[in-house]
Amino acid sequence: MRTTFIESLSQAASENPDIWLLCGDLGYSVLEPFAAKFPDRYLNVGVAEQNMAGIAAGIALSGKTVFIYSIGNFPTLRCLEQLRNDVCYHGADVKVVAVGAGYAYGSQGYTHHALEDAGIMSMLPGIEVFVPCDPMEVRAATRLIAGSGKPSYLRLSRQGEPNLGAAVTDLRKPRVLRDGREVVILASGPIASRALEAADELAGRGRDVGVVSVSCLKPLDEAAIRDTVRGASLVVTLEEHILRGGLFSLVAGAFAGDAQRPPVTGLGIPEQGGKTSQAGSREALLDAAGLSVQAIVARIEQSLAAR
Amino acid sequence: MVHAAKASHIGGCLSMADILAVLYTRILRVDPADPQSPNRDRFVLSKGHATAIMYATLAECGFFSLAELDTYCRDGSIFTGHVSHAVPGVEVSTGSLGHGLPIAIGMALAARSAGGGSRVFCLLSDGECDEGSNWEGILFAPHHKLDNLCVVVDFNKIQSFGSVAEVLNLDPFAEKWRSFGWRVEEIDGHDLDALERVLGTVPAPSGLPTVVIAHTVKGKGVSFMENKLEWHYRSPSDELLAQALAEVGA
Repeated sequence: MRTTFIESLSQAASENPDIWLLCGDLGYSVLEPFAAKFPDRYLNVGVAEQNMAGIAAGIALSGKTVFIYSIGNFPTLRCLEQLRNDVCYHGADVKVVAVGAGYAYGSQGYTHHALEDAGIMSMLPGIEVFVPCDPMEVRAATRLIAGSGKPSYLRLSRQGEPNLGAAVTDLRKPRVLRDGREVVILASGPIASRALEAADELAGRGRDVGVVSVSCLKPLDEAAIRDTVRGASLVVTLEEHILRGGLFSLVAGAFAGDAQRPPVTGLGIPEQGGKTSQAGSREALLDAAGLSVQAIVARIEQSLAAR
Repeated sequence: MVHAAKASHIGGCLSMADILAVLYTRILRVDPADPQSPNRDRFVLSKGHATAIMYATLAECGFFSLAELDTYCRDGSIFTGHVSHAVPGVEVSTGSLGHGLPIAIGMALAARSAGGGSRVFCLLSDGECDEGSNWEGILFAPHHKLDNLCVVVDFNKIQSFGSVAEVLNLDPFAEKWRSFGWRVEEIDGHDLDALERVLGTVPAPSGLPTVVIAHTVKGKGVSFMENKLEWHYRSPSDELLAQALAEVGA
């Protein structure tokens, strides 16, 4: 995803001389091609995210499109007030790119786990939020935000994620990765691959399960999501993020006023206040959080049985 | 304005009145008829609470009519009690302290890249220098030789809960900036000619960003407000307003 991002950004920057990239001294072995190609529009600000976000706002208010890049919580939570006041309040054309969604920096511990970022960023005014599930969506998202003229948040993972579906036609719409009508799993981010495995497993048990990637969390296309789940007995949301403020909150909120609506089961990462996090790969931590493929299958079957 | 709105921060407005007067009448290349001109100089008011003096200055310069100041802090007005970019001539909204300098740095970088000769001036309060985000910027600007950037510190020695020396001492203040690589000028912030002389040397021939430490008096010009902590927060009664206006010769 990181490589796809920087290739897509370099492409956009070669077409638009107003695109700048700032990093907070992170991005080693990823950002160098951009820096080499556009030295006048690349800047390593140092380990200073508040300064980076403010500088980005200042450059953007001078007519440029500025990407800021760092890991997980650093370009987001660390400089949240700068993003709220300096970027979003002014409608400055700043794109916040965080690499390391969810447990992507698994063994590094809780400080490096991005578990609340998408929800918190979604709460900022006027920002668009993208959580792509595969390189195709990263490419589409980078192209889209480079030309949107608005503040944006792009949440990337960091491993060599495979493409999970056919070409992206409209990133703002839900993207069907697997057809199925009885149960529809709405997933955001690379954890969609686990949704696909769970759907295969459930299909083997006679269930008809669809999987849909919702990569544009804000603005959420509520009407398109309703169409996607029409007639389903159960909607499942799956995210590498806490439930509060993320995909589950957004989808449940969208359906809340509907007279006819399917039940929604939210699968995400439990809050970890006061608990010590353990070392482990992303996969191991997802399993420990109750998001192994088998656990996902079991929770969907429980939800169906409880109906 | 402050009296009518029963708003505060008059002390910190008066301490920087002379700085704004010099900037807007003698230094800044800004045009009220074309406030968004790309090659204009930028002024970033980082001490966003000192907004009454900012709006008054812009009105005097013709960015909008003086009559509009009567809506200050009133229901529905764009003239909010912390400076707002909805007001013509205001570059950025601030009010949470420690935000202005990084934005000004971004503007200075963009201006240098554009090559139009724009300069960026940023006004900080002394109490605001407690914020770590400023020191990130103070480290950054000399490293990148931003000679088109000038910070002015309104050094009135009083912050909201006590003197700077008591709350969080900045001394040795000039030495701190100098050690970070800035060109440092220390002047009497009420000496109009000194302000003009120093602010007129931006961009500095040395290639460094400039900080002007302007020694000022909180509540300057009004005897009962000068150097009084309470005038960070209070608005004057009718009687004290009349006295204050007489003293400043309004």
